[in-house]
Amino acid sequence: MSKEEAELLEVMTGKHFVTGNIAVAEGSLAAGCKFFGGYPITPSSEIAEHMARRLPQINGHFVQFEDEIASIASILGASWGGSKSMTATSGPGYSLMVENIGLGMMTETPCVIVNVQRGGPSTGLPTLVGQQDVMQTKWGSHGDYEPIVISPSTVQESFDLVISAFNFSEQYRLPVTFLMDETIGHMSEKLVIPAKEKIKIVNRKKPTVPPEEYLPYKAGKDLVPLMAIAGDGYRVMMTGLTHDERGYPEISAEAQEKNVRRINDKIRKNKKKIIKTEEYKLDDADIALISFGTSARAAKGSVNRARKKGIKVGLLRLITVWPFPDERIDLLADQVKKIIVPEINYGQITREIERSSHGKTEVKGIFKLGGAIHTPEEILKEIEKGK
Amino acid sequence: MVEEKIELIESHEHPLDGYLRKGRIPHIFCPGCSLGSITTVIVDAILAAGLDPKKVAVVSGIGCTGRISGYLNFDSFHTTHGRAIPFAIGLGITDPERKVIVISGDGDLFAIGGNHFIHAARRNADITVICVNNFNYGMTGGQVGPTSYIGQFQTTAPYGAVEEPFNLPDLATSCGAVYVARWTALDVRRMKDSLVEALSKKGFSFVEVLGSCPTTYGRRNQLAEGKMILEFYKDHTELQHGADTREVGIEKDGPLIVGKFVDIEGRPTLTDHLLDLQKRGRASVSKE
Amino acid sequence: MARVEVRFAGFGGQGIGLMGRLVGEAVALYEKGKNSVMTQSYGPESRGGASSADVVIDTEEIDFPKATELDYFVVLSEEAYNKYIPKLKKGGILFVEENLVHLDDNANKAKQIFKIPATKIAETLGSKIFANIAMLGYVCANAKDIVSEEALVTVMKQKIKARYIEKNLIAFKKGKEYKQEG
Repeated sequence: MSKEEAELLEVMTGKHFVTGNIAVAEGSLAAGCKFFGGYPITPSSEIAEHMARRLPQINGHFVQFEDEIASIASILGASWGGSKSMTATSGPGYSLMVENIGLGMMTETPCVIVNVQRGGPSTGLPTLVGQQDVMQTKWGSHGDYEPIVISPSTVQESFDLVISAFNFSEQYRLPVTFLMDETIGHMSEKLVIPAKEKIKIVNRKKPTVPPEEYLPYKAGKDLVPLMAIAGDGYRVMMTGLTHDERGYPEISAEAQEKNVRRINDKIRKNKKKIIKTEEYKLDDADIALISFGTSARAAKGSVNRARKKGIKVGLLRLITVWPFPDERIDLLADQVKKIIVPEINYGQITREIERSSHGKTEVKGIFKLGGAIHTPEEILKEIEKGK
Repeated sequence: MVEEKIELIESHEHPLDGYLRKGRIPHIFCPGCSLGSITTVIVDAILAAGLDPKKVAVVSGIGCTGRISGYLNFDSFHTTHGRAIPFAIGLGITDPERKVIVISGDGDLFAIGGNHFIHAARRNADITVICVNNFNYGMTGGQVGPTSYIGQFQTTAPYGAVEEPFNLPDLATSCGAVYVARWTALDVRRMKDSLVEALSKKGFSFVEVLGSCPTTYGRRNQLAEGKMILEFYKDHTELQHGADTREVGIEKDGPLIVGKFVDIEGRPTLTDHLLDLQKRGRASVSKE
Repeated sequence: MARVEVRFAGFGGQGIGLMGRLVGEAVALYEKGKNSVMTQSYGPESRGGASSADVVIDTEEIDFPKATELDYFVVLSEEAYNKYIPKLKKGGILFVEENLVHLDDNANKAKQIFKIPATKIAETLGSKIFANIAMLGYVCANAKDIVSEEALVTVMKQKIKARYIEKNLIAFKKGKEYKQEG
């Protein structure tokens, strides 16, 4: 098989009826993923299984490691070797990965971590849905960092948005978490894969100056440094220690200020370009639902049902969960008399919404602690209470 | 008696210029620590092995030995505690021509990172692992570790270490390493030759170097100076190439068996397997 | 068209998941203007025991992906019948493998009950593994708002391995043409 034929196989253009797990795997290949290091865990295992079959077909590599820690470490290594790389897991595995997600944040390493959420804490509900890792994707690793986390609501989005996840990871140089859940991961829906040339791919920017002039952690206006990879001749220097622009460890408050402020600010200051939400019938709403992932489907259903009854309710769906759309929610709090937040946890995003609505409106969470998704009727009940 | 003429050379160049990172020296290692000289030996070996410097990557975990990667002017990666090996495997897979060398300490590689070590040996990953064994956690202040021998005193073993230590060459051998050797920090010539062999080998090669750590190990164990540790090595070392690795465990005051223990040919490596999988994957497509 | 919820259920090994996938895919990819979502139970019950696959069909966007009030319940085992019959909505339609399922009073809420000896039909083709497809043929012929024969056969030809397709198509035809007694 020629190189061109292998490239064709990377994008399975056409109509498919597949699960979210298969869609995310195919999306990663379309984004250019060439290395997957993983460890099986329900309900994400189908991603690893699919990658094990597909990657060798397109001159990529799949390795099943001894645990999730090795898996995340391996994809960081592969990224520095120049491959777009991914791993996939669920809550217990994500917990094991967080230290190395921190390494990826500190060393500004592009890669994608898929978390197909199940109910927790601990082993929890291996085969059943949860949305309890939202805060962990924000705060999981120690230290300050600003993550990008994307949450799909459909099988189609599992494909489309994991490409965005790769693009963000390459553009802003950081590990991006793709936050799915068991329901999306395991349900089958129509997936339309476009032609390869229709898919927008972003690749990390590389230095072009001679090696002696290259400062690996000096950033320009976008605050994202150019990335040389191993073998480019730039003698890459990567460390999880606080470092200066040369990449050399520097254990001082001054170096820390500069280094850590920049890796946070590169996301904070670009967040308008990153944040993505869907607004549904919000224009005239006096009640707003805010939701993400699977829960947003039922939320949309409840909006439709309520509208038929003449209740003015709309939905703000978080497509990027992090960075958080504080400013939009602040505005929304001026507009509506109540914000209802269905989520499959005990109030994680609800607290963020309370924070960003500044007490200007009532915020009411509808919590399920995992194992089942909300029905539109359950959410409708809460809407009707507030009308 | 012929008097040997010694000529002093004055030069602004150092033999390792270009292989150590500018501005990173002086290093942080303690007086009497062997890591400086071991670094020299590693660079000498990389050069003697004829490796293309562009295709050499060094990966470390955390700890004193883990700092070596940062002084070397190759592609160098200082990762998290215990995770150098899987990082190195991912890095290596992206280019089969790349030589990836993991340099780390006994605590990093065999306590927190032990699981990765045994699996990397099992899958015959194409990496060379150099472990500088200083018998304790040096950087964190001298705690007992997985290679501390019974009766060794450390800050968290104030009454003496009581647990059986790992026999590192035997662990590597039993897990499938294709090259296994042990040297002391004193054996610089043999260590270099051995490292050249290890680096030239495909698959998982492992070299243990018994280091000298006067500050946090020696002081508590009647070996308070680097020189004393090296003298102890000189007096207690036995060279036994091909020794049965089951017999090379380290005990207090016991002999230190060094040598090349394992050198196997022909075992397929992880890279071999992965390239074969690509062939099978492509074949499955043409069948479809 | 309003939302339609279909559950296929039986025991592990009857190819229940395949029934759901074929119908789901046929609707989603080959029925103009229709959407479908297929979900399977992923609990321990999907190994051995009762196995199920749900297909939700709608001309609108499918907000809630799970089946809660079944319009159709297609069942090929007693255990699955007992477990899921409460989910059939009043006035729903029941398809049963008549030799493997004993109906009880719970079935009275069904508007219509279609019975077929799907396994026996399959055995005339050499193996009971074709029972699921015989049942699909029967469902296809008698349930007007699930899936068209054309769409389903198109998907079967793509998804079923070449060496099995011929017999499956016969099983499908036999199911389609089956008329229950009485």
